[in-house]
Amino acid sequence: MKAIKNIGLIIFLTGLSIFTGTIFTGSFSLTTSEVEAFIQEKGYKSDVIRKELIKAAASEKELNIFDFSSRVRAAYQASNDHYDALIARYDAEKNWDKKGEQYQYKIYGKPHTLSYELAKKAGKGYVKDNAGMFWWLTFGLGIIGALLFILPNFVLLGPAGIKNNGIYLESATNRGWIAWLVLIYLVSFYLVLYFMADYVVNWTYILDPISEFLNGGQASQWFVYGFLYCVIMIVMAARMYIKYRHNKYQVVRTTSVLFFQIVFAFLIPEIMASLGAPGYDFKNAFPLDYDFFFEWNLDSLSQSGAIGIFILVWGMILTLIIVPVMVYFFGKRWYCSWVCGCGGLAETLGDPYRQHSDKSLKAWKLERWLIHSVLVFSLVMTIVTLYCYFSGAQSFLGINSQWIKDTYSFLIGAWFAGVIGTGFYPIFGNRVWCRFGCPLAAYLGLVQRFKSRFRITTNGGQCISCGNCSTYCEQGIDVRAYAQKGENIVRSSCVGCGICSAVCPRGVLKLENGPEQGRINPTEILLGNDVDLMKLVNQK
Amino acid sequence: MEHIVIIGNGISGVTLARHIRKNSDKEITIVSAETDYFFSRTALMYVYMGHMKFEHTQPYESWFWKKNRINLKKGYVQQVDPKKKQLVFSNNETLSYDKLVLATGSKPNKFGWPGQDLKGVMGLYHKQDLENLEKHAPNNKVCKRAVIVGGGLIGIELAEMLHSRNIPVTFLVRETSFWNGVLPAGESEMINEHIKENHIDLRLSTNLKEIVSDENGRVKSVIIEETGEEIPCDVVGLTAGVSPNIDFIKNSETSAEPSRSIETNRGILVNRFLETNIKDVYAIGDCAEQREAIGNRRPIEAVWYTGRMMGETLAQTLCGNRVEYKPGHWFNSAKFIDIEYQTYGWVFSERSKKDTELHFHWRHPKENICITVAYDKDTNKFLGINTFGIRMRHKIFDRWLTEERDVNHVMEYLADANFDPEFYRAYEKEIITKFNQENNTNIQPRKKSWKRIFAKA
Ligand SMILES: Cc1cc2nc3c(=O)[nH]c(=O)nc-3n(C[C@H](O)[C@H](O)[C@H](O)COP(=O)(O)OP(=O)(O)OC[C@H]3O[C@@H](n4cnc5c(N)ncnc54)[C@H](O)[C@@H]3O)c2cc1C
Ligand code: SF4
Ligand code: SF4
Repeated sequence: MKAIKNIGLIIFLTGLSIFTGTIFTGSFSLTTSEVEAFIQEKGYKSDVIRKELIKAAASEKELNIFDFSSRVRAAYQASNDHYDALIARYDAEKNWDKKGEQYQYKIYGKPHTLSYELAKKAGKGYVKDNAGMFWWLTFGLGIIGALLFILPNFVLLGPAGIKNNGIYLESATNRGWIAWLVLIYLVSFYLVLYFMADYVVNWTYILDPISEFLNGGQASQWFVYGFLYCVIMIVMAARMYIKYRHNKYQVVRTTSVLFFQIVFAFLIPEIMASLGAPGYDFKNAFPLDYDFFFEWNLDSLSQSGAIGIFILVWGMILTLIIVPVMVYFFGKRWYCSWVCGCGGLAETLGDPYRQHSDKSLKAWKLERWLIHSVLVFSLVMTIVTLYCYFSGAQSFLGINSQWIKDTYSFLIGAWFAGVIGTGFYPIFGNRVWCRFGCPLAAYLGLVQRFKSRFRITTNGGQCISCGNCSTYCEQGIDVRAYAQKGENIVRSSCVGCGICSAVCPRGVLKLENGPEQGRINPTEILLGNDVDLMKLVNQK
Repeated sequence: MEHIVIIGNGISGVTLARHIRKNSDKEITIVSAETDYFFSRTALMYVYMGHMKFEHTQPYESWFWKKNRINLKKGYVQQVDPKKKQLVFSNNETLSYDKLVLATGSKPNKFGWPGQDLKGVMGLYHKQDLENLEKHAPNNKVCKRAVIVGGGLIGIELAEMLHSRNIPVTFLVRETSFWNGVLPAGESEMINEHIKENHIDLRLSTNLKEIVSDENGRVKSVIIEETGEEIPCDVVGLTAGVSPNIDFIKNSETSAEPSRSIETNRGILVNRFLETNIKDVYAIGDCAEQREAIGNRRPIEAVWYTGRMMGETLAQTLCGNRVEYKPGHWFNSAKFIDIEYQTYGWVFSERSKKDTELHFHWRHPKENICITVAYDKDTNKFLGINTFGIRMRHKIFDRWLTEERDVNHVMEYLADANFDPEFYRAYEKEIITKFNQENNTNIQPRKKSWKRIFAKA
């Protein structure tokens, strides 16, 4: 069994290496007429960019993606520099007409994104020509290897039960060097994905056939990400099923997040796209879905006929009615650990790291400041955007609409949710984003704390203060602090993952939805002691 | 300001200190020789097993003590001088008190076995034992086999710990079945099976004769009393119970003035107010022995919960509201490797139960799940329940015990008491069907009702 695990690990690492290695393969070039076609398609009017792009992309040389990217970016830069210089010159000459004319030639957009678009067309090589085979060598080996590594646990872990043996003895799960390597890989992955997508254009070729099958179009970097996300969740869910097989709550919950990720976040949007409708994730609620009210989305929805209007109305109902009502009945968990994609990844890929959340009081204070600030930030951004959308203004309350959207997308959308939120799993735990950053979680949390039937009931006086619950609470809640006082846990940040209850060796904790009255029950003398004393002290 | 000194930073001493602080401004000092900060002894096993780090076993962050003005003093108290109201430490330092609380806990029993002090022989009680274990049994290369002597709760924990690092374990149990002095036969049998299912070499009705040393004063093997068999091993765990850790009190006794010494038996003798024979000296937790047992309870109750309850109670007395220690209904819990155990009220084993105590037992045909309900033969009064693999709601059983419900009531409303996580399979139907068959009753299970659960008693 151990041997199978080791073989699995080797196969997995081989798959991962090939996957990573493909980045460096292939050659990138276009013919002059292909570049012309691209320029036509993009509607560039400038002659300079035409010249520059042909020089950069229609090269005889065998360019790898990095050279190709830097040449293309330089081409855009050169073109823009040229017109900037003209603008400056006409400005100095006070030739306003001429100056104004130049703006149409300027090309906006992130350099790597522009380069990605061209690279997608320019790539050639073994990977692209043999996408199917490379799917097997990358995804295939990764999946097979990971499963071989995971499945033997069914036997190796012994009889069903909580098996956290060795978590703090192993490098991978105890912030050792393996954990740091994983962190570096994940962070690099997100940086490249968000900011240098052209570098990984080879990955998109591997998934082109699947993308074409699903939605008729070629794969983008986001398709790669979505597909990878699903694959990782499925494989790591197998691990969850084995590890927590004695705990039905975990089994059902894992199935639920898998379902919502695969069907709602992945398949439905792809199918919608193939039907020409805007691809929409019906479970992704604002303000987690922070660009729901951005102009481009509103425009696209309002131009998509009935389905667009439906999405618009649904999005609002989801946030304003469904979310709070469900939280009232079931707690925030219905979303955070049953439906949400971020939660889904945290509960599958992130499960081995859940113990790293910071339980200190300081961390709790930081959490409340941060998460509510992000909520306010997202709301201000949305108000500004909407005002500007309907009034046609550039800014509102002195805040420039484009600026605040860009800032939010960059800081919160990319860095916080992606690079830090997932990249830092191995060191800071699997719910950094959900705990400190997610504006939707902040909103759900407020409802959960003040108006909900959900609580974690503490079982009378049974707690032995062992600390398993606190250690494995991914949200950094010091569960024991409540349990050892016989007090129910009612906390805005609790995502109801149910792990505290699962790992408690004394059966102290139960997630339940019950009457609101008596939900919060501070106690000093615990059940089991003198009843008169309990009355005397607890009712003071 | 009155200075209250507590010897022992375990659950009883710390609970006491916290509650004194809530109710007063008195100066509080907690003394311990073991660790700087309070930690949860019950979690020691999880540190060795890698579920937690030692710091996770500490329920309070280190700023807590300063914020609550609880002085912590590390040192070993060698002598108590009640006349001068002063403690003497092993380094001859002294500390004066106005009131003294002894909360010194227990120490592992050693029954004078030959070789019991060899290197590699250890109990499992203090943090130092854990460090010792880490030294002698870091993995199965250094420790090729461990032998555990004594089949109680700590013994099975130690077995589970060693097993988690794939160290082969031989488990010597004096009784004919695991913990059958406490558990009824059916349950005890299920645990036997579960121990073996985990590949632990369980030897029932087996006593230790001696521990054999190698040339370096280290354990080499153990010899079995009954068969003379020699089992080679590198570690011997002695887990044959604990007794009050009060040698230093006994050493403090002055034969000249016996009336001035703190009176002890196995533990420190206290009355129902947790007062010793000496004014201003109290004892709580594992080290305290009731002069007269309370109800069915033993005079010394070495469990977490009672230590805590004594702390809660004594704090009242020390803050001017003198109250008797009056624990409510008995409850307890433990975990036997993967099987959780809870008990409410009294269920005695065949070895100790009265003839009027009847048992109803149900066991799942395949899984490690069972319950035993004890009730009175004549009145049908519900006496207690043991559950294995099913969690129960403390509050409900506590209420039923107070209301002196009969066993039929308990059966009928069993669903109210279930505390398993959501989506778990419930077994009330099977349980009640069996009960009906055995007792010719026709009890219909009721659905769980929040209204009843939250009803004020
Ligand atoms: C491995 C293990 C598992 C357990 N599991 C459970 C369980 O699941 N459920 C349960 O109910 N109970 C359990 N127990 C029992 C429970 O831990 C004890 O009943 C409880 O810790 C006793 O608390 P206490 O405050 O009385 O004493 P202790 O926790 O023993 O604290 C006494 C402290 O006083 C110190 N001390 C003693 N003498 C001196 C001196 N002369 N000078 C200075 N310091 C001194 C000791 O070093 C110690 O730190 C377990 C015990 C062990 C060892
Ligand atoms: S308190 Fe429990 S259920 Fe809530 S997030 Fe923490 S571990 Fe999960
Ligand atoms: S895991 Fe259970 S027994 Fe341990 S501290 Fe938490 S609630 Fe208490």
